[in-house]
This record gives sequence, C-alpha cells and structure tokens, in this order.
Amino acid sequence: MNQEQRPAILLLADGTVLYGFAFGKIGTTAGEICFNTGMTGYQEVFTDPSYAGQIIIMNNVHIGNYGVKSSDTESNSIKIKGLIGRNLEEQYSRYLAEASLQQYLEQNGIVAIEGVDTRALVTHIRTKGAMNCVISSEITDLNELKKVLDACVDMNGLELASTVSTTEIYEMGNPETASCKIAVIDYGVKHHILKNLEQRGAYLKVFPAKTPIATIQEMKPDGYFLSNGPGDPAAMPYAVETVKALLAENKPLFGICLGHQLLALANGIPTFKMHHGHRGLNHPVKNVITGKSEITTQNHGFGVEPNAVKAHPDIEITHINLNDESIEGIRLKNKPAFSVQYHPESTPGPHDSRYLFDDFIALVQQHKN
Amino acid sequence: MPKDTSIQTVLIIGSGPIIIGQACEFDYSGSQAARSLREEGIKVVLVNSNPATIMTDPMMADKVYLLPLTVESIEQILSENKIDAVLPTMGGQTALNLCKEADELGVWEKFGVKLIGVDVAAIDTAEDREKFRQLMGRIGIKVAPSHVANSFLEGKEYAQQIGFPLVIRPSFTLGGTGGSFVHTKDELDAALERGLKASPIHEVLVEKAVLGWKEYELELLRDKNDNVVIICTVENVDPMGVHTGDSITVAPAMTLSDTAFQEMRNQAILMMRSLGNFAGGCNVQFALNPHNEEIIAVEINPRVSRSSALASKATGYPIAKIAAKLAIGYSLDELKNQITKTTSAYFEPALDYVIVKIPRWNFDKFKGANDTLGLQMKSVGEVMGIGRSFNEAIQKACQSLENEAVGLGYYGKSLMKSEEIIEYIKTPKWDRIFRIKDALMQGVTVKTIAQATGIDRWFIYQIAEICKIEKEIANYDLETLPESLLRMAKKEGFSDAQIAKILQGNTTDDAVYEKRKALGITRSYKIVDTCSAEFEAKTPYFYSTFEG
Repeated sequence: MNQEQRPAILLLADGTVLYGFAFGKIGTTAGEICFNTGMTGYQEVFTDPSYAGQIIIMNNVHIGNYGVKSSDTESNSIKIKGLIGRNLEEQYSRYLAEASLQQYLEQNGIVAIEGVDTRALVTHIRTKGAMNCVISSEITDLNELKKVLDACVDMNGLELASTVSTTEIYEMGNPETASCKIAVIDYGVKHHILKNLEQRGAYLKVFPAKTPIATIQEMKPDGYFLSNGPGDPAAMPYAVETVKALLAENKPLFGICLGHQLLALANGIPTFKMHHGHRGLNHPVKNVITGKSEITTQNHGFGVEPNAVKAHPDIEITHINLNDESIEGIRLKNKPAFSVQYHPESTPGPHDSRYLFDDFIALVQQHKN
Repeated sequence: MPKDTSIQTVLIIGSGPIIIGQACEFDYSGSQAARSLREEGIKVVLVNSNPATIMTDPMMADKVYLLPLTVESIEQILSENKIDAVLPTMGGQTALNLCKEADELGVWEKFGVKLIGVDVAAIDTAEDREKFRQLMGRIGIKVAPSHVANSFLEGKEYAQQIGFPLVIRPSFTLGGTGGSFVHTKDELDAALERGLKASPIHEVLVEKAVLGWKEYELELLRDKNDNVVIICTVENVDPMGVHTGDSITVAPAMTLSDTAFQEMRNQAILMMRSLGNFAGGCNVQFALNPHNEEIIAVEINPRVSRSSALASKATGYPIAKIAAKLAIGYSLDELKNQITKTTSAYFEPALDYVIVKIPRWNFDKFKGANDTLGLQMKSVGEVMGIGRSFNEAIQKACQSLENEAVGLGYYGKSLMKSEEIIEYIKTPKWDRIFRIKDALMQGVTVKTIAQATGIDRWFIYQIAEICKIEKEIANYDLETLPESLLRMAKKEGFSDAQIAKILQGNTTDDAVYEKRKALGITRSYKIVDTCSAEFEAKTPYFYSTFEG
C-alpha cells in the first residue's frame, strides 16, 4: 500500500475511468492494456521485451512482496509502459532482494496505479477486448488525458521489435568449447532463452532484428533461432524476408512466440490480432505428437491463423491449446524447422516445456553430423 | 483414452470418527468422490463407521454400510456385493491403513478387487520415514538429516550424531501424535519414550529440526499418463515447528519468488512421479531457508488430505471430484474445468484474491491442556477468510472464529508490557496473532516481532497497516470519522462492530452500518472462478468485499 495515497487516474479508450493511487514514478503513460494472471515472477514479466508498448494489469492482488533482484530479469530494464495493480507493495521481504518494487519502478521511470478494482477491469477487457489506455498521477483533467490517449498508436500494424532488439551483435558462450553454433535473431529476446541455449552447450551470436541476411549467414552457424518480441508480426516484412532466406539453407531453425509467427508468415500463413491475448503461467498445451500435456508460460496478443495452418500441405501441427484449441506449435514437414507460440524458457513459469531446447540442440547436432 | 469400463462398482472407504487431525474434510472428499463416480454411471458402495456424516446419507451412495472400519467389515461387504475396485484415498489415513491391512491379508486379491487411485507401496514409502528418506536420496531431493530408531538406545545415539534441535517423529501415527521437539539434552529421554510408545511399530525418526524455516504446501493432481498439475500453493504464516493443521496459512503463497517456487514445483512433480504409480491427489510439504532459499522436502501424502479440502475451497478446483475421475482412468486433458465448463481441467488455478485459514482451538474446554503449538495438531476446526488483500482476508477469518474477535484485535486485549509480549510471542500459542497485533500497537518494531516469532516480515508489515488504520480511527467519533478513512477501513477488512469499538464515544455497529450505507460504502460480490477472471465462470461461488 502506498503511504502517501496520491491519487491517480486510469482512462481507457472506450471512455471507462477508474481511480486509484499513484505508485512508481509520478507522471503519465499510455499504451495497450493487457492482463497477466501469473501469481509469481512479476519482475521477469516487467522486464520481458515482448511487453514493450503495453500497460499490464497484474491479476494477483499483491505485487512487490518479495522485492526485486537483478538475476530475476529478462532484459536490462523494465519494458512494460505502465503497471496496474490492486495492492502494489512498498514493503518487501526477501533476504536475497536488492530493492523494493517502488524503488525499481522509479529508477526505471515507470508510472503505476494501485488500489484499482483489477478484477472488474480484467472482466471488462475480457469482454471488450484489448484497447489503449492512459495512467496518470499528474494530470487530473480527463480531456487532457484523452489527448494523451489519442496520441497513443494502435498496436495493430505496429512494428516494435526493432525498438527493443540489440543494436550491436554480441556473443554468448565459448566458440572453442561449444558443441554447436547458433545464430539468434533478436526481436526482443528474453535473457533466459539465451541462457537455456547456452546451458545446453551452444555458442550464440545474437544479431539485431534488421541485420542484413548476408551478415548473419557469414557466421556459418549450425542452426538459427528466431526470438520472441513485441508488436504486430504482420508489420515486419523485413523479418519475413530474413526467415525465408534462412529457411532456404535447410538448417535447423527454432522460433518462439514472435519467432513462431514469423515462421508461419514466411510460409504464407497469415497472423491476426487476438481479442485479448494469452498472458500468464497456467496455459494448458497438448503435445499432439507425444500425447503429453504441459503447463506453459504465455505472452502473446497475436496468433497464427488456424485454418491456414491446417490447410498448409507442408506444415504439421505439433501443439494445441487445450482451452481454446488455438495453434501452439508447428513444424515443417520438408525442413528441420519448428516453432511454438508459448515460452518454453518459462521465466517466470513452470519448466514443463524446456525439453524443446533439448529437441532443438539435438536437431542441430543431428544435422551437423 | 477415456475411463476404464471394467469398473462398474466402486467401494469408497470413509474416515471413521471425527478426531483432531481428521475431521469433516474427509466427509467432503468422500461425498465429492461418490458424486463424481455416480455421474459416470458407476455404482458406489460406501463404508464408514461414523453415521454423522454427509457421505452416509442415503442419497450419496447406492449402498451405505455403517460398520466398524475393520477387515471383517470389508470382507462382509465384498461377499455381499460384486465390487470391481476400491478407492481408499478419500478417507484419510484411516482408510489407507485399512486398505493396506486388507491388502496384506490378501482380501482384495481374493475377491478380485482392483485398488484405484493408490499404490500400496507408495503409501508405505510416504509413511515410513526411512523409506521416504532413501527415496528422496535416490532422486536427488534434499531432506533434513535423520535416522530411524527402533529402540531407546538407538534413538539416543542418533540424537548425538545429528545434534540439537531435533524432532522426534513416531512412524505411522495420525496428526503428529506423540512427536515432539527436543531443544536440549535433558528433554531427550522423555521425548524418545513418548515417541516410541505412540508408534504402533515402536519406531521413531530422529530428525534435525529446521526451526524458523518457512513452510509451504503444494497440492498436486496426477493422471495415469503422468501429467501433473499444481492446484494450489499454500504458505504457512507460522514457520516450521508448528503443525500445518495448527498454522495460520495463506493462499496463494505471498512471499515466494518465481525462482524458488519453480524449484519447489519441479521437486514436487519429481517426488510424485517417483512415488509409485497412481492417479489422484497428492500433497507435498517443503521448508525453505529464507536466508539462501535452500529447499528441503518435509513430507509427501499420496492421497487427498486435510489441506486438499482447503485448496479446493481456496481455488474453486474440486480436487476430490477430479481425483475420483482420474482414479477410474480419465486423464486431465480429457476433463473440463468444473467451474468454467469450457476450458480444460488440465491447468493450474490462478487466484485474484487472498485466502487466510486460521485454526480454531478449544483450549477453554480442555482445562489444563498444554496450549503450546508444535508437532501434534491441537486445533478442532478452522475458518477461512477470502479478501482482495491479505488484511481483508485475515480480518474476515478472525471475525469468523466465533470467539468474540470482531477483527484482528479487540479480543482478549493484552495487559502485558512490550517486553513481556515479545517474550510471550516467541512460543507459538493459539492467540499469538492477536498478541503480535498488540505488540505492534504498542510500538514494537516489525523487525523485533519477526525475530521473536520467525514469521516473515511481510505479514507483519501488513498487520502494521491494520494497526495504523486502527490508530487513525481512534482519533474520531462516528460523527467526525472521515469518509475516506471509513472506506479504507472497510477495504482492509474492519467489521462495523470493530470500528464501533475503536471510535471515541459510545456507538454501535448498527450506527456505523447506517453511516457507511448513507455514504454508499456497501458490499460488492466477487467470484472464485479458478482463473482470475480470464474466462467466464458458469458455476462459481461468491465472496463479499468492499470495492467497485
């Protein structure tokens, strides 16, 4: 609970207004509203680059309880544009923590609002769908806020990946001792995806999203990895061209989330904006190849068109969502390429799907020999 | 692959008389299981020696036997009915022990009865401390250092090896009966004797005590395909050392990072998968060292337990009902979420509220009983509060105790001085939570209280907020009480009676109610839906709160 109880306002694009109290930085922020149902791992969520441009409602009613810790991050800064909570906590308890949520948000310049009836808000978004919103702890005039909201661009058709991608090429792991070399195309990659690949003996070279294809190919990697990332995949023709060129090499390729959507687009399958997306740590997915199920971490507001996937002669569905039967994983029949819509690195979230990294590394080894 | 069609008639074993440590929660699970099986067209035969239960109502099962829970009764039932399978996991330890006894005598085999939802070897491993320890060692799960002793001398020897503080845990007893902590050498002899005597096989475990570590419980479900989900994570407010049945508990876990939680989840799944071959519910307890987040496994219960009932209520996920379906061969991905009716039963519930359970003791009826809480469960029931914050939930729970508490505080207000209270709360007793609040009201720091009790600071910070609001309210009478303060107090779970008592001047809860009603501060109702409002709920239940 915030000690000072400075008032704050939340205005939605459909005119809904909610009042609460200021938390984090005092200021104004606008973005697309979405909700995350996870009960642990708020810091990992806030630093996940796939959330760029979004203001998150945390459904779990107490956030900040165990403070923040630098190793629990997915990138070097907070990537969400704003935060909405029922009880955002200044007081925390964890011996290993380094700072409070309040300090962390302030340091990162993130505006938040607390004391909001988040359940009513989530129910509203579930019914009305994703939309833009503005939070302010400095502007009280609704007309002024409306102007800020009007200036906020629509997520549909928005390219964001290049804004969170690395600007420089960098490496991870030791090329001398590594068992394979992977080229990672960074559209906003989560740190623990790279860690998962590195832990399995891979040497990684991470390329900015808009790296010329020839520069990537110069590395002569054993496999390609397409990362997660924010924004509308349909607004990334440059990336689709890259994926097409990489696929032509017939080397193992693995895509996660946005990477999955790009693999679909490169095969002529359209993507679409979902009503309100999947964001949380409890999404049930069935691996239709093995018959086993897994609890997955998800964060996506776009999906791949299911009918186009089913009609495609060269694509096989590997994973489906048990709640809504949406496509969660595909593989190409004629190439060593596969992808999943969810997050097998699962930070935060259950580790059920980490076998996919083993599968990828095994595929790379198999093609290397 | 759907259910096993060879199962036409199932025998459910009840839990017998209500005793401390084994109460109506097993009536709840047994009733749910009976209903769940009958909706699949399966005939249910039920045996229980306790007629004062819902499960023995004539409409619950196709045939009800009110017989002593003995092997003779089982043989009688089996000879009078064609039973295909027995489901012993719904009746607590009593049912499991009976099932095991019958198994050892070859009764099930003789009548061609299949054991479902359980694996006898798994029960053995879970109940036998030494087997449990060995299994954990094999699968790489850390446990507290321990040794099994079958005699007094052995016990003394191992106690010296392991060092104090120690726990003496008798094998095969209910609710921790006969167990105790040993802090010093001179307590050892009595504790060993008591433990050995309490165990039906004259066996105790001498174990290193991890006093002060945080305690967590995970409720799991597994199907025949080895799919496992965590239904609920429960955090004990009281640290290790107080029986979970006597601990104030909270769901979801409040002070657990994702890294620590996933480690626990991985270990719990590994433990459940390594423990025999059965489909159904399971409960795993862990202790976590708050200083370095090291985790050790405390125990595993391969059955529907006391805490499953709480977890079912806390999440909306009907554990016993689903566990019964898993026992007859369904897999989780084939079943629907019973609340939404549209999404899968294979998922992990997400909560957008807080649950606080407070045990209810009856020491006033047991004059002379030792009211210090420890290994042996002493509570006779429990209450559960739901709120949109920890404070709202704990205040609601306190108001439900039926002991005149109108909230956290204003009940048996202590006359002790700060130093005395700090000393008093070092020992876990039934009124500790109230005394912690008294200490905070007197200005004792959060840090001092956390050190004295081993209770995580986060909970004490929250209670300090209650104290802050209480002190603020005390500055006013009903007339002058500001609307914003009244609104906040209601959000933080203060009852009208509680506010009336805190306010200056003479006022009543009715007067507070009228005032807030006039200001439009009224209850709203929220839903327990398993999914944090992500999906529409068809058969949810409601709780009241003050927001929106």
